Amino acid sequence: MANNILEMRSITKRFPGVIALQDVTLTVQGGEIHAICGENGAGKSTLMQVLSGVHPHGSYEGEIVYAGQNARFHSINDSERVGIVIIHQELALSPYLSIAENIFLGNERKGPFGLIDWNRANAEAANLMERVGLDENPTTQINQLGVGKQQLVEIAKALSKEVKLLILDEPTAALNDNDSEHLLALMRQLREQGITCIMISHKLGEIMEIADTTTVIRDGRTIETIDMRQPDATQDRLIRDMVGRDLDNRYPPRRPAIGPEVLRIEDWTVGHPTQSGRLVVDHVSLSVRAGEVVGVAGLMGAGRTELAMSVFGKSYGRDITGQLYKHGQPVEINSVSEAIDSGIAYVSEDRKRYGLNLLTDIRSNICSAGLRRLMTAFGWINGNEELKVAEDYRSALGIKTPSVLANVGKLSGGNQQKVVLSKWLFTDPDVLILDEPTRGIDVGAKYEIYTLINEMVANGKAVIVISSELPEILGVCDRVYTLSFGRITGMLPVAEATQENLMELMTQEKDIRK
Amino acid sequence: MSLTSPSASATAPFSSYFFDNLRTNGILMAFAAVVVALACIKPVFLSPSNLTNLVLQYSYVLILAIGMLMVIVLAQIDLSVGSVIALTGAVAAVVAIRYGQPWWVAVICALVVGLIVGAWQGFWVAVVGIPGFIVSLGGMLIFRGLAQLLLNYISLSPFGGTYYNIANGFFNGWLGGNGFDVFTLLIFAIAVVGYAFSQWRVRAGQIRYQQQVSPLPLFIGKLVAVAAVAMAFAWQISCYRGLPFILILVAILIMAYTLVMQRTGFGRHIYAIGGNLSAARLSGVKVKQVTFWAFVNMGVLASVAGVVYSARMNAAQPAAGTSFELDAIAACFIGGASTTGGIGRVGGAVIGGLIMAVISNGMQLMGVSQGLQPVVKGLILLAAVAFDLFNKRRASTVV
Repeated sequence: MANNILEMRSITKRFPGVIALQDVTLTVQGGEIHAICGENGAGKSTLMQVLSGVHPHGSYEGEIVYAGQNARFHSINDSERVGIVIIHQELALSPYLSIAENIFLGNERKGPFGLIDWNRANAEAANLMERVGLDENPTTQINQLGVGKQQLVEIAKALSKEVKLLILDEPTAALNDNDSEHLLALMRQLREQGITCIMISHKLGEIMEIADTTTVIRDGRTIETIDMRQPDATQDRLIRDMVGRDLDNRYPPRRPAIGPEVLRIEDWTVGHPTQSGRLVVDHVSLSVRAGEVVGVAGLMGAGRTELAMSVFGKSYGRDITGQLYKHGQPVEINSVSEAIDSGIAYVSEDRKRYGLNLLTDIRSNICSAGLRRLMTAFGWINGNEELKVAEDYRSALGIKTPSVLANVGKLSGGNQQKVVLSKWLFTDPDVLILDEPTRGIDVGAKYEIYTLINEMVANGKAVIVISSELPEILGVCDRVYTLSFGRITGMLPVAEATQENLMELMTQEKDIRK
Repeated sequence: MSLTSPSASATAPFSSYFFDNLRTNGILMAFAAVVVALACIKPVFLSPSNLTNLVLQYSYVLILAIGMLMVIVLAQIDLSVGSVIALTGAVAAVVAIRYGQPWWVAVICALVVGLIVGAWQGFWVAVVGIPGFIVSLGGMLIFRGLAQLLLNYISLSPFGGTYYNIANGFFNGWLGGNGFDVFTLLIFAIAVVGYAFSQWRVRAGQIRYQQQVSPLPLFIGKLVAVAAVAMAFAWQISCYRGLPFILILVAILIMAYTLVMQRTGFGRHIYAIGGNLSAARLSGVKVKQVTFWAFVNMGVLASVAGVVYSARMNAAQPAAGTSFELDAIAACFIGGASTTGGIGRVGGAVIGGLIMAVISNGMQLMGVSQGLQPVVKGLILLAAVAFDLFNKRRASTVV
């Protein structure tokens, strides 16, 4: 017990009308990597906000013992002073300041007369950057770094505050495999230096790989704390704990009933919007048939999203050449509204940035793309009809909300994704392009999204799923295209595809064209 | 009507209804409080002549606020409207006075200039992509300068006749009356009945679609209160000179733009763009077109305000409309519009404008010194937005 750096005892946190946390207990040993997992909305983030003082002492029940002392944090500053640093999923860096400036933001290295000593700041920043394995110049501006490197800057910033307990909220959610690997290696290294890490994550594989202990939270309660060194600490057990039921099959079964071709893309080439001469999508041809789920597998930067957005009303890129065919007929689509009119829907990979108007209610979001269908002959929108549409989708897709007039920003990730899907289903498309449809949503909600995809194709729609999660591609698709450096490097029926051969095709470099 | 109480679940308890609507009702209650306070301090505030004067004197700020609301919800701003008032007033004056054309030719010319101004600014904002703040800052200088050139730096007057009556005329004596104008009362009565009927239809529609509605007593109480206030106002102005033309114009604009913002695709697209530009674009909203037309609309409304203001002054002045843009912008923010776009209502902007108008008027009645008046207005703007922020924070503390 003496080794416990943190004990949160019987934490209960109430919000008006909701109990976010109920009698939650979390015990973290010094120097370990402790994973917290649970479905979205389970209360993980609230728990961390209680710990870091975002919810000040007195606004919750229960007690926090940190490093053997009763801790009463009234703000983030209080918790940072004793070495608890939280790194949020949405990074909090200032894009136009340099790495060093960001690292010491609010904690500036001052010289005589209280002026900032830039030499010292840059030198210290370089030291910290070396510790996290970030090979950049301290004076480089943040917006020139990728997300992975920005994450490292956040960690360097935490180190500069002499962190003892580092909390990472979904640290690898936005990272590619390489950056994720690097981050996990860094966490191991920090553990060796005696820094305790709490990691909130959805990625069970990652938790299996790195965590010493895992605490599962469901519906605001602690389900269990598992010692990951025990042989019975399996992924299935975590899933069972998270969803409260067995998930023998993570992908709902489907009997494909494939019809005629709906969309064909031929010789599709897209130039980079600012760098002339650079091709982001390079002579791509693919097709999808009614009732079929086609996967597009590719690593980050392979041109997956760029391909989808350029097809969707030329929303990305320039000098686009190639031909689209709908039901075998050539079509010309130059704007998003034309794409919608010709029955194409695109569900973007980042629902908060590209999919939802977070300021408004679920109803308006669901109806925003198919608004024309709600208009009377004189162009008036029938508000009651709009509400009915929203209610219909709420029950059809199982959006969990007290009312469709609730703000969409208050929903969990999975429910937000259902709102985006509703929005596009309401435009009555023939083809749905789903870009990372299950990113950042929990296991249970993923299953529901897969079920919805099955329903769509059962209704005769054609679905293209873009994903970097190979199990997902293998689980939901009928056929898989692999994309690498903007080119299609292969097409396999799912029966012939394995994670290994897909990955090989996804990493294939130029000159090998199918 | 047989649609009495809907199912229990559809009717929220009074208290929750009240608090849910605090944000929208807060501003209305603030307005009521200001009016009551002023009526107590200076009973002359509610006198027929003062209320009439209030309508005539502040109508153009309301007209501007309506257009400004659209622009602000788009997450843009238009600083040029004050200068556009001067320019369009000057055009009208040159046409009507210098060239001796009939009043309606002058009005059409002013509106056309407003349209061109709006299209000019819309082009730079929507097509070229320069922020509205910059474009309209330029416009503020350009149009003010053009107004001065057009007027040779001196004011041009008088318009007289029908043009003058646009902002100073009344419907009066059409149906006679004994010290009060029956026609005015009749128009107000029709408006009140129309309002009650439309509200009832909305409510019936909501019940038919099983939505949550306000409890019936509250609903009726609200209608009675609105009717009482409207008729009391009508009685007062009917005792003076009757129904001002301009009040009808403003009322029609408010109704029309409320409908446009709430019930048309164009209005919805404005909210969508202000709420999330990228998501709107990927939902098929034609961002450039909507932005362009919102600015065109603002230009036209500014020219309407220019006509009204020059008619009211019976002259075109090179300095007309100075800082009116700030009143219009303040009205929108006091009325609950978000500074980052996406949120705001026409009704809110109108009440925001009325609060500013009533307070200015009250301070003049009380003889508050010239310098103190803008200080008070500035503090009110701060207080209103602070109140709004406080409300939003309270509302967002739920997970």
